[in-house]
Amino acid sequence: MSARVLAVVLAAAFGLTALPGGAPRAADPPPDIVIGSILPLTGALAQTGAGLRAAQELAVDLVNGHVSYPLPAVGHSGLPHLGHARIRIVFADSQGKPDQARVAAEELISQEHAVALIGAYTSSTTATASQVAERAGIPYLNSDSSAPGLTTRGLHWFFRTTPSDATFAANFYQFLTDVAHARKTPTLVKKIAIVGEDGLFGTGAGDAEAALGTQHGYTIATRIAYPATTTEVNAEVQRIKSAAPDAIMIASYLPDALLFMRGFKDQGVTPQAILAQDSGFIDPGFVRALGPDADGIFTRDVFSLDIKHRNHAVPLIDQLFRQRFGGKPLDGNSARDLMGVLVLADAIDRAGSTAPEAIRTALVATNIPGDHTLMPWSSIKFDAQGQNIGGAGIIEQIQDGKYETVWPFDVAVKPVIWPMPAWKH
Amino acid sequence: MEALSTFGQLLVAGLLTGLVFALVAVGLTLVYGVMDVVNFAHGEFVMLAMYAGFGLALLGIGPLVGLPLVSIALFLFGIVVYRLFVRRLLAGPPEASVFGTFGLLVLMQGLAQALFTSDYRSVPNPPFQGTVQLGVFALPQAALVEGLGAIVLTAALFAFIEYSPVGRAMRAVSEDRTAATLMGIDVQRINLLAFGLGAACAGAAGALLLLSNPAFPDVGASFALTAFVVVALGGFGSIAGALLGALIVGVMEVLGGYYLSPELKLVPVYLAYLIVVLARPQGLLGRR
Repeated sequence: MSARVLAVVLAAAFGLTALPGGAPRAADPPPDIVIGSILPLTGALAQTGAGLRAAQELAVDLVNGHVSYPLPAVGHSGLPHLGHARIRIVFADSQGKPDQARVAAEELISQEHAVALIGAYTSSTTATASQVAERAGIPYLNSDSSAPGLTTRGLHWFFRTTPSDATFAANFYQFLTDVAHARKTPTLVKKIAIVGEDGLFGTGAGDAEAALGTQHGYTIATRIAYPATTTEVNAEVQRIKSAAPDAIMIASYLPDALLFMRGFKDQGVTPQAILAQDSGFIDPGFVRALGPDADGIFTRDVFSLDIKHRNHAVPLIDQLFRQRFGGKPLDGNSARDLMGVLVLADAIDRAGSTAPEAIRTALVATNIPGDHTLMPWSSIKFDAQGQNIGGAGIIEQIQDGKYETVWPFDVAVKPVIWPMPAWKH
Repeated sequence: MEALSTFGQLLVAGLLTGLVFALVAVGLTLVYGVMDVVNFAHGEFVMLAMYAGFGLALLGIGPLVGLPLVSIALFLFGIVVYRLFVRRLLAGPPEASVFGTFGLLVLMQGLAQALFTSDYRSVPNPPFQGTVQLGVFALPQAALVEGLGAIVLTAALFAFIEYSPVGRAMRAVSEDRTAATLMGIDVQRINLLAFGLGAACAGAAGALLLLSNPAFPDVGASFALTAFVVVALGGFGSIAGALLGALIVGVMEVLGGYYLSPELKLVPVYLAYLIVVLARPQGLLGRR
């Protein structure tokens, strides 16, 4: 008999009776509440997926921890209405592929018994994974896919916290109105060119921009959808030049964003403003490759550390995130996914139950004020289609090679430079 | 007048675009011409070259100085790949080289993703920005340099194949492998050289493409797809055909994009390709 076994036997014999004063033994801690998360953990989006995973894990630790921040469900050592049960996330890999996302969702529901699902980053994978949740009758919260069509499918169990591209398009027009108003001119811009790659991202953004533009009385001078993997955009740039727009709205990945910007410069396309749908235009390579030619470009973004002016938790959470993700700052994707887990945890807590219908009812009743989020949103409240109606983006302008928040004016750190400066030759 | 100058601008842009396509296509057609192997990983060789060029740029070595270095590095890489891998494929059935080089494509993309991540790497403040004004036409400097590179590369390769003893041996191998062996030509050595040269061409292409494109793991695929069409159109194995095919594809893509619709800009290209394949399967300047 080894010393260790002996110690255990002795402890069993004497130790237990020595517990202070026969106090009632604490009940077993409630079992962990499992949330299933579908993310692109391998494949071309693995890098992004790793950041999202780190953000979701940080959210779990904030919920299970006891440090309080002005954020929902955070700092109560678990979910108080469920006996301080801890939440736990089980991850499943979508590989960025719709088919794989479906399989991942099925596994999370049938094998891991997840009470709700979250994910899956790309709109096409979110579409398939959420269909699985719909059939199974399990709440699905999406925090990071922006295709407008996701919330118009009439799903009962689907909720989306992030604004869709339709919201971002609306932000562009509100921005144009606000800038015109600030400059005391009735109309700054009349003719708009809409440019986008021909995938779900570019066409979704373009459709929303075109529809809202017409609605607001703008002329859509040209609408261009180009193959996403194109290696040259000569014809596209000439078409835009011929249309002579006052503003260009553009949705591109980095290689094509660079092709367009160089094409505009080379062919002397000089609108008053170029309004970009983030992606390639907020890639670190954009300013690096273009240098001073990037100055003046407007891009919408979903998040900025400038939001610290509204919620002091932003820089603190940013620090925590950097600590566990190799020093990389909290960005639009990680902030949205962190928020998504918190919204889900908040709903499960208010439901006081892990029954799907109870969680769904709590999600429907969600009402989180904007200053209790990490985002530039006015609130988190879902409409009948499950879309958060309080969502909004911000608009940044590249000034001296830096992305400066210029809209909405109440979180702006720099004034708008309008029109964008002429190309430097 | 306005319409005419637009047409002229598009035509010039199309020709320059075509030259860029030729840059990628010549290496592909050379390897096919000599070895009868379609190297599906050719685009990934270009990708590798772009990463190499990017690395040199970080060390302060510009793309034009870097070009010969990258070409030599890719030549050596090609030799290693041939010795370890392609040589064995040649011993198998014809499908072996198709699946083998396709496997190499997948492997190289995966490795690039693992080693370099899928982030875009663009050269900070690359040279040759801005345009050269030629009458009413504005010609982007980067495209001019790339186009010039394509012309020099094609001409040099053409001269090498036509007039040098090694080039003649390559042509002999390409025409009749057995006869060439009987004439005392070391077919293995010629194959090795051709594969290395093809890789070196990919190296030159990658170094030049870095002037206007970021490096990323999938970058080769977008260029290689066009290169396959170019090579099939111009004639598999024909260097002059690759140049001609590339110019046709470049002009059709740009004109199609403007006068039809940008979404449909590749339709006339693939239509022309289909017609050529049906009516003249060997391609415009191909033999057989």
